[in-house]
Formats: sequence, structure tokens, C-alpha cells
Amino acid sequence: MNEWLLIIGMMVVTFLPRYIPIALADRFRIHPLLRQALEFVPIAVLTGIISQASLIHDGEFHLAFDNAYLYGLVAAFITAWFTKHTFKTVAVGLIAYSIAFVLI
Amino acid sequence: MNQKLNLFFQGARDIIPLLVAAAPFGVVYGALAQANGLSVFATLGMSLFVFAGSSQFVAATLIGAGAAVPIIILTVFVVNLRHMLYAVSLMPIVSKIPQKLRALMGFLLTDEAYATLSSRLVHEPKFPNFHIYYLGAGFGMYATWQCCTILGIILGQEIPDLTKWGLDIAMVVAFVGIVVPILKNKAQWACAITAFFAALVTHSWPHQSGLLISSLVAIAVGVLLSKNKNEAGDHE
Repeated sequence: MNEWLLIIGMMVVTFLPRYIPIALADRFRIHPLLRQALEFVPIAVLTGIISQASLIHDGEFHLAFDNAYLYGLVAAFITAWFTKHTFKTVAVGLIAYSIAFVLI
Repeated sequence: MNQKLNLFFQGARDIIPLLVAAAPFGVVYGALAQANGLSVFATLGMSLFVFAGSSQFVAATLIGAGAAVPIIILTVFVVNLRHMLYAVSLMPIVSKIPQKLRALMGFLLTDEAYATLSSRLVHEPKFPNFHIYYLGAGFGMYATWQCCTILGIILGQEIPDLTKWGLDIAMVVAFVGIVVPILKNKAQWACAITAFFAALVTHSWPHQSGLLISSLVAIAVGVLLSKNKNEAGDHE
């Protein structure tokens, strides 16, 4: 496999979706409905990544008490709910995960 | 000038909590790419020129599975579409920024930089020189990502079992820390809950299309539920 061909290809398909909308910003206007939809993008995408990364392991659904991710996820959720603070959420979530990981 | 430099460093400072979360992810990428047979230079080259965490992870995993180059590139494209949606959401505010800087903004667009800028714009919608602040956040992420990749390459050679520690938990808790504080109304909650379960249901769909499709469904749910409350233009 040609590694550098892969990197160039990945660079193109990564950069263009990030840049084209910003580049053409002055030539197009966004429909209000589209703008409203965009407000939901971070919530939708990030939550999908959260659930897949914490409950799917090696392609299998893994909802069980021996899944250390579950403890990290629940601890992070509770912390985020009460503190609304990203850094505290990360700290508490990582500590809960580490404890569960060591004990399981 | 000083004021702009100040803004740049403010951006770099405000992204730090997310850098702490992204760092293990970068280290694991470096270790994983190596373990799956990518050379040292290509492992680092991907971080330098592609600079997209989840795409690099997907690529490293596919390389390990022996996938062909076109398949990897197509998969990366699908994984990246969420960045396009981020970029579209920046459209209304970037029209006065020079094109060269916009290219740089596009290159540095990550979940972390976008989230940092978004949370600032919530408090200050008419934020002057927001792009300087954003670039500070973006460069902070870029520098951290390169350092972590190098660390991962070194650690991966020292500790071959590193990738089994499940370090991507860092990404999970960081995203929880971003999403939960912005959930304020019913439509946003419905969107999040839909995304959570739809992503689980569709997880085995090919080329990670499950994430993309469940996101689109969740966005549709959010829009449908917020429509009634929404202002002008709607006459029945």
C-alpha cells in the first residue's frame, strides 16, 4: 500500500468539507430551516459518538456491569448535569472509569 | 495588535480542557497506527497533513484490517461530513474574513476548536475578531495533536498493550462535558436521546454510515419539535 497516496487522499476529503462552506460564505445564503437544523448538529453527532464509543466494543453491543465505560459515562453525565463544567466532567469521568477499569 | 495576540492566546487557553481530553486520543492514535503497520513518518504525516482525530483512528483501524486505499478514503469522507456541517454553521459569520485565513480556519476545524468557539459565541454573539480567537484554539489543538502523536509512537514501541487500555474514554467524557451543558429545551433533549439510541441501533451499518444517518434522524427530530415555537414566516 502506498501510504503517502493514502495521506494525500485523506487530506483532500478532510480539508474540502471543512473549507468549501467557509470559502463560499459570501456567495450563498443559508435557508432559515437549514440554519435551525445546524444548531442541532453538534448535539446529534457528538451524542452518537458517545453512545457508540461507550457501548459498542469490537462491533458488539456491550451493556453490562463489567463495561468500565458505563461508569465513566454515568459519572460524567451526572457531573455535567450539576456543574455544567466541561473540565470537571472530564476529570470525574476519567477517575470513575479508571477505578472501574482497575476493579473489573 | 496586542489585543489580537491577546485574543489568540485566549482561544488557546479556552481550548485547554478539551486538549486534556483529546491528548490520550492522540497518543492512542500514534500507538495504534504503528501497531497496525503504518510507518513512523506516515503516522506523523497523517497528523500533520490530515489532522482529524476520528478519521485517523478509522484509517488506522482499516489499515490493520487490510482495507484498500480507496475504501479508506471513502470511509474517511463519510466520517468527516460532520465537519462540513460545522463549517456551514460558520458561514453567516465568516464573510468578511480574507480567503487565506478562511482556508486556515477550514484546515484547523475540529470538534474541539468548533466547540470552544461555539460556547464563546453563546455568551457573545457579536464577538469581534472571533476568527483570531478561533485560530488560537485551532493552533493549540494542532500543536497538542502533533506532540501526542509523537508520544504515542514512542509509547507504542515501549508498551505494545497500550491500545487495550480503552483510552478513548477520554473522548466520551469530553463530549459529555460539551453536550450536556447545552441541552436546554425539549427539542435539544429529544435530539440527543434520539442520536444516542439511533447510533446504537445502526452501529453495524457499513463504513460508519450508522453515525451519519442517526445524526441526520436526530437533527430532523430536533427541528420538528422546535418548529412550533419558532418565530416569523410560518403562516398556515
